[in-house]
Amino acid sequence: MAIKDYIRERFFPHMWCPGCGHGIVLNSLLRAVEELGMSKNEIVMVSGIGCSSRISGYLDFHTLHTIHGRALAFATGVKLSRPELNLIVPMGDGDALAIGGNHFIHAARRNIDLTAIVMNNRIYGMTGGQFSPLSGCGVMATTAPFATVDQSFDVAELAKAAGATFVARSTTYHVQQLTKLLREAILHEGFSVVEVLTQCPTYFGRRNKQGGAVEMMKWFKDNTTPVGSKAKQENPALIERGIFVQKEMPEYCKAYDQVIERAQKGK
Amino acid sequence: MKPNIKFLQGNEACVEGALYAGLRFFAGYPITPSTEIAETLSARLPRIGGKFIQMEDEIASMCAIIGASLTGNKVMTATSGPGFSLKQEALGYAVMAEIPCVVVNVQRGGPSTGNPTHVAQGDVMQARWGTHGDHAIVTLTASNHQDVFAMTVEAFNIAETFRTPVILLFDEVVGHMREKLVIPEPGDIPLVERLRTSVPGGVDYHPYLPREDGRLPMSDFGGVHRYNVTGLFHDMWGFPSDNPGVVHGLLRHLVDKIENNVDQLARYKEFYLDDAEVVLVSYGSSARSALHVVRNRRARGEKLGLLELQTLWPFPAGIVRAKCARARSVVVVEMNTGQIMREVKAAVEAPEKVFLANRIDCSLITPTDIRNILRLIQGRGV
Ligand SMILES: Cc1ncc(C[n+]2csc(CCOP(=O)(O)OP(=O)(O)O)c2C)c(N)n1
Ligand code: SF4
Ligand SMILES: [Mg+2]
Repeated sequence: MAIKDYIRERFFPHMWCPGCGHGIVLNSLLRAVEELGMSKNEIVMVSGIGCSSRISGYLDFHTLHTIHGRALAFATGVKLSRPELNLIVPMGDGDALAIGGNHFIHAARRNIDLTAIVMNNRIYGMTGGQFSPLSGCGVMATTAPFATVDQSFDVAELAKAAGATFVARSTTYHVQQLTKLLREAILHEGFSVVEVLTQCPTYFGRRNKQGGAVEMMKWFKDNTTPVGSKAKQENPALIERGIFVQKEMPEYCKAYDQVIERAQKGK
Repeated sequence: MKPNIKFLQGNEACVEGALYAGLRFFAGYPITPSTEIAETLSARLPRIGGKFIQMEDEIASMCAIIGASLTGNKVMTATSGPGFSLKQEALGYAVMAEIPCVVVNVQRGGPSTGNPTHVAQGDVMQARWGTHGDHAIVTLTASNHQDVFAMTVEAFNIAETFRTPVILLFDEVVGHMREKLVIPEPGDIPLVERLRTSVPGGVDYHPYLPREDGRLPMSDFGGVHRYNVTGLFHDMWGFPSDNPGVVHGLLRHLVDKIENNVDQLARYKEFYLDDAEVVLVSYGSSARSALHVVRNRRARGEKLGLLELQTLWPFPAGIVRAKCARARSVVVVEMNTGQIMREVKAAVEAPEKVFLANRIDCSLITPTDIRNILRLIQGRGV
């Protein structure tokens, strides 16, 4: 199927700013879905609130646009009811890890078969540029006029520690890799997390003198390196890209089927 | 005992009602005094191929049942005060997106952690206005186990009929007390299944386009139709809209579908009202003490009656006005500072004749408490 057939053209133009990285994530995701030969009817997309979460409205899947931070909880209800469906859950960094942090670690712990995409622009885009739990120290934001003093999470480490069975990271510059990682994440049976470093030129870029979208993407190119590369050993400040975790563990819905079996035997 | 005659807790009666009504998915988080509902369902649901999940908190539980309902299941969650507070935002989502679901709140003392193990009825207004924004909501309650069962079945029927969340506002005494329940035979109480669209797969389905009668046929999410669901104001496709006409139309629809059916949604019981000079108005476990007083006084020839409300919201103002029209005085019996009393005052023709018999110390209101107020009203001193 052509990429454009996955889109609800009726609802364009989209609401993202020129240069916003969220559209690149959308594009990579559709390429992954297309390469996997998936039909629109087998995909459910559940999102929360934020610029990133608007991705669901533009796609011709079964789409559930919920409330801030809770997308994974809604998705858990859908998946446990209809385990045969493929659930993709795009979230902003604030959505996934501030207000939604608790749901994030618990979905990972359960190893329920959802594909979580964290669209990390290190800022609250939708509400106009406040800092997020992924901004890190020394970042300028509308709620940090003297720069942040908050430490940030490492999404990959957090997901790994919480029990996610597939954890990967890429950026909007590395679209080929991103597409490949999203493909693997969708195929993975269990809770998968793909963190995507993406640019918000409007708020993060401007306030932190990072330039426009092109300069911000160039920053992703210059400051990231493949997992386990020699470059990382020489320069620990580089951010690793690639797959961090890929392992098999019992999936939650399958495990619950065994609960049903045990309950019915005891009847 | 016959197998369909049980001796159990009110919380278990609620479970029996939910299963009778066709519950297939429950998500919850433990909290006194509602926990027995989750515990019982964790055993009962998998036996019939249903799903039970203990979520990380009450917010997640509310969200999970909404997702599960969309895919075509009858769903429920259960909680108490603090957990009910946490559910409010997602409850509003279910109102906005018109997702059938049943939310049980077995009330305890509040605010805050309050008194986890004792009774109160302080969440009546929270049930009405707990989630933000203009909206309408349905709330039912009950005073004994047979009615807990019946109202639970009603809650599912109303949720599926009106595409709305329904709150079951029980209280600690009813939830934990043990008494007899006769489970009706299958078919004795009619069950409502949600209206599903007749639009075939592959044809454009408009999830939010009302039929001529105002109802919105559903299509099981993840099935043959692809559509968008959102908590933003939305058009007939379920796509966000801030067009003032669309916003106005949707909010009117959400309120009117409930408020225009007040009489159809009203459930109540009346005892000795025909010639009652003093009408007690009560609900939940308070109504048990009220009925006790009424029966005692009747035995002595005094003209007391009881109007027991089972639908609290939408408030059945017309029924309350009619039933209290000939009363010399009306006494609202409840365990809060007068949340339903204010509604009764607004409903009746002579609000000055409405009095409150209440208790706010997390102890069950007793017949003596009610008798003391009656003495005052009747000018007999305390
Ligand atoms: C309960 C609640 N709190 C706050 C908000 C306001 N809000 C909307 S989006 C958002 C943050 C969005 O940031 P992020 O999740 O990083 O997504 P982005 O817009 O950057 O893609 C906030 C705080 C809300 N909608 N709901
Ligand atoms: S504010 Fe930032 S995140 Fe939001 S659309 Fe604009 S560029 Fe993208
Ligand atoms: Mg962000």
